[in-house]
Parts: sequence; C-alpha cells; structure tokens
Amino acid sequence: MKTRDVKTIVFLAALLFAWTGSAHAQAPDSCDLPAYLLFSDSELKRVAQAVQDNKRLDIAVLGTASSALAGPDGGSSAYPARLQAALSRRLPGVMVNVVSLAKSRRTTADMAGELKKLLAEIKPALVLWQTGTFDAIRGVDPAQFRETLEDGVADLQAGGADVVLINMQYSPRTESMIHIAAYADSMRAVARERDVPLFDRLALMRYWNDVGAFDFYAAGKDRGLAVKVHDCLGRALAALIFDAAKLEKPDGQAGQ
Amino acid sequence: MDTRTVQPVMTTERDLRLDLFRGIALWLIFLDHIPSNIVAWLTIRNYGFSDATEIFIFISGYTAAFVYGRAMRERGFVIAGARVYKRAWQIYIAHVFLFTIYLAQIAYVARGFQNPLYAEEMGILDFLQQPDVTIVEALLLKFKPANMDVLPLYIVLLLLFPPLLWLLLRWPTTALAASAIIYAAAWEFGWNFPAYPSGYWFFNPFAWQLLFVFGAWCALGGAERLGGLLRSRITLSLAVAYLLFGFFVTMTWYFPRLEYLFMPKWLSDQMYPISKTNLDVLRFAHFLALAAVTVYFVPRTWSGLTSPLLRPAILCGQHSLEIFCIGVFLSFAAHFAKVEFAGGTVMQIVVSVVGIALMIAAAWLIAWYKRVEGRKATARPQAARADLAGGET
Repeated sequence: MKTRDVKTIVFLAALLFAWTGSAHAQAPDSCDLPAYLLFSDSELKRVAQAVQDNKRLDIAVLGTASSALAGPDGGSSAYPARLQAALSRRLPGVMVNVVSLAKSRRTTADMAGELKKLLAEIKPALVLWQTGTFDAIRGVDPAQFRETLEDGVADLQAGGADVVLINMQYSPRTESMIHIAAYADSMRAVARERDVPLFDRLALMRYWNDVGAFDFYAAGKDRGLAVKVHDCLGRALAALIFDAAKLEKPDGQAGQ
Repeated sequence: MDTRTVQPVMTTERDLRLDLFRGIALWLIFLDHIPSNIVAWLTIRNYGFSDATEIFIFISGYTAAFVYGRAMRERGFVIAGARVYKRAWQIYIAHVFLFTIYLAQIAYVARGFQNPLYAEEMGILDFLQQPDVTIVEALLLKFKPANMDVLPLYIVLLLLFPPLLWLLLRWPTTALAASAIIYAAAWEFGWNFPAYPSGYWFFNPFAWQLLFVFGAWCALGGAERLGGLLRSRITLSLAVAYLLFGFFVTMTWYFPRLEYLFMPKWLSDQMYPISKTNLDVLRFAHFLALAAVTVYFVPRTWSGLTSPLLRPAILCGQHSLEIFCIGVFLSFAAHFAKVEFAGGTVMQIVVSVVGIALMIAAAWLIAWYKRVEGRKATARPQAARADLAGGET
C-alpha cells in the first residue's frame, strides 16, 4: 500500500514538473524527443554493413540552405558536422565521415541531377536528402516533386546507398506564406514507397516549440538559437540512424 | 416572378440549408487558414478526405444556377451572362484587394525577420525584389500567395458559366456528362492552368468545375431527380460506410503505427496520393457521402433552421463573398497576432473565437445595411440572392 502511495505521489510530482517544465523550460540542453518522433520501420542495412565490416561510415548530406549555417564557423555548427560528432561519440572505433553538399536555391529536380556524381565521388553508405522548402517556395507541382524525389531515391538505392529523407523546418513566421503541406505529404509518401526512414524535422521542431524548448518565433539576428537547434538536429539524426541501422550500443551509455 | 410554371421541378423558396452549410464552411476555411491552430482540429479535413472547400464550391454552384438560371429564363442569355461577368469582376477586385493586404503583411515581415535559422524560408520574400513582375503576375492570376487560391478558381468558374448554364437549362444531364468528361480529360492529359514562378494552379479549374457543375445541376432539378436515391437506406448505409473508411484512413496519417499495422500496401498504393489540386475521386466521393448523410438527416423543413442558434452561420452563408474575404484577412491578422504577441494554445483559441465572432458581426452588419437600403429602393425587384454567385442585387 505504502509503496503505491509513494509511487502515486512521485507520478503526480513528475506530472506537475513536466507540466510546469513545459511552460517555463528554456534550458539550453532541452532537445530530448519522444521515441515515436524518431521511429522508423525501414532498415538501414548498408549503414550497418559499413559500420560492422569496414569500421567506416561515409555519409553525404544533399540539401539546401537549411542544411547549412552562415558565418565563419557555419560549417562546424551546422547539423551535418554535429551529426558527425554525435555518431563518432556513439560509434567509437568507427571512422565517421559526413560530407555536406548543401547549396541554397535548389529544387529537388536540380539536386536529382547531381546524384550520379555524388555516388561516384563520395561512395556513401548513406545519403541524407534534405529538400522540400525551396520547391514549396517556387511552387513546383507537388506531383512532379514527388515523382522526381521517388526516382532520385531509387537511383541512390540502386547506386548502393541507404537514404534518409529530411523534410522542412518548422518556421512559424513564414508558415502562412509557404504552403508546405502537400510537399511534406509527398515526402512521407516517398519514404513509405521506397522504404526509407523520414527524418521528420518539421514534427521534431514543432514538438520543441510546443514544449517550450526553443522560441522559433524569434526574428532577430541571434545565431545562438540556430547553433543550438542544429546541434539538437545532428544528435536526433544520429539517434535515428543508430536505431534504423540496428547498431548496438558499445559498453557504457552513448546517450544523446 | 414565379418560375414554377416554367420549370416545375425547380423550387423558388430559398433553401436555408445552403446558407447554413456555406456559413459553416466559411468558418472552417478560416480556421484551417490559421497556421498551427489547435482549433483547426475541429474541422472536417482531419476526419475524412474532403474539406470545407468542397462544400463551398458545391453550394456556390448550386446558388449560381438558382439565381442566374432564373435570370436566364426571364431575361435571356445576354442579360444573365452580363450579370455573371459583373459578379466575376467583383470577385476579381476582391482578390486584388486581398493581395494588397498580403503584400503589406509580407513586406512588414521582410523588414524584421533576420533569424539565421530561417535563411532558406526567407526566400519567400524574394519576390518583393521584383514588384513589377510579381504584381503583374498576380493581376493575371498566375502568382497566388498561399491561401488565396479559391477566388481565382471561382472567377474562372464564373467566366465559363453562361454557356454552361444555357446547356444546363436545356439538357441538364448532357451538361453534367460534358463536365465529367472535362474532369476525366484533365486527369488523363494533365490539363491545368500555369502558375508563377512555376507549377500550376493549386485548385485545378478543369477538375474542380465538376463539383460546381454538379451543384448547378442539383439546383436545376437534379436534386429532385436524385430524391428517391437520397431517401433510400441503402444509400445511407453506403455513405456512412464510406465516411467511416475515410475516417479510419485519416487516422493512419496521424498515428503512423496504425498504418504500419492495418493498412495493406496494395490499398495505399491505390489510394495515394490523394490530390486536392485535381479533386481526387476519393475526395469527391467523400463529399457526396457527406452530402447524402446530411440531406437524409437535415430535411429542408427542419425546424432548427429557423432557430436563433444557427442564425449566425446562416447569416455568414448569405453574404459569402464578403465573409470569405474577411475570413482570409482575419487569418492573416491571426497569424500576425500569433507571431507578434504569443503563439500558444490560449492565443490560438482566442484568435479563432474572436475571428468567427468578427465574421458574424460583419455578416449581421451587411444584412442590416442591405435590409435598410432594400426598404428604400422599393422599385428594384426582390430577386433571390446567390451572394458569392449573384450578390449584386
């Protein structure tokens, strides 16, 4: 009886804490995510193979401006570099190499033209393909967007790479101006169709916004927010890749 | 004034159900246009394939045929056609007015927005650097900002309406068949209007005309012809079964694990993508099912239609062009309030409730003004108003 009471009290206290925490938390290290947001039933077999057999993991990030940060330390603060750091921590003894090919103002069709070159030059076990925002800004036909993306993912798979799709950022200031819903749906459909994980950046950032982890309404020039968010995204991506490739944790905790 | 002698199947009484559901559709469109709005979880798009746009376009087709059909029989093709074009022009002006407000909003956002996290999203402001091109493309209805796609669709539908109405009055079923053929051809050959800077119209007029023409067909006697079908229990069960199916499928969008567990791959291969641009058959059927169930349970003579509780929705539905435009403006304003003050749940509920209250107040004011003015202008004939379709009276 007593232990149950204690448990109830602990539970209620935790609930209260979670509730007040969600209202006030502005902690710098608050990028925890519930597991369902990083859930995927698609496996990254080539990643697993590269890690286990070669002790080397080459990852290429194909994307647009939201995969990069401006400034002198932009390269090391953007999520591709943060992913490399997080994965290296999680996979001691494995040489992790993330190459970022992010360039602004490219539609999915523009990027699809570079896949062959990418495969030949980098020979990645995994390609992270971030897209959707610029297509939405340009108003590319969503059906065409979907087709281009699906063909591109198929080409990458045929070229020997696993693929993870990364969708748009949650951007509350521009969300009434950029119609992203159709493109987000298309990306989800392509992920299902080609059996690749979708890194649902939109949902993750919305979650962080809702629990008060970050203030995405901020308009100012402050780089601190961008740097923190990219670090969190890099770590979340590492967690998703780690789980989807069914890699085993080494001894000790290589937490997020 | 009595048209019963001309066309016995057509009723002259205004069907309040049309106003009621159009009013509700306008509220839902407003709620859906506020981004990240928790109140939008109440709207029907989350529980099935179709959304408020289908209701709105169908009812607009219905009322357009009701009003201009009468005009065409009484005054002839030319006069009725001129009235339709006058209405299209008014809607065009309303669209340009809304575009101006949009420009002001986006220019304001452009000035203060420098968050490096969103360097890419700021690309949406690029068109401000070429105002000449942007404004001309907007006047040509090729450049259409988000959430401003419905009125251009409406303008095109009205421009094509006079010959169509002529056909509908003579051979209604032929007209409906022609509409279905255009719909099928649009799917087959990928017809759509081009947009700027790239892509196509969000609401493909070649596809959406089907719903508008179907509404018009129903108004000109089609509803009576379907009467037996609509009263049958078999139709009702089929409609309910399809609505449940739609509900289940939409649930799999929000709970992906459901899909993983229950949705067979062959089915999702068949179904997806469900195109809103081209008015997917699944959406059209969902609207039909919704309409069938509604007509079954809400008869024309339903006493609730005169209750003060539903009066606000009916008022909004009776002044749909004005209320639609106010709704678009209010959704801009709601987004602005969320960005400038707070974006939390409380704010989302506040802007939603205040927005709908303002829509009702505006509808009440317009109704009052028209009543006062109407009393003075006794010389004018008291024609039934179709509002968005024919509110010039």
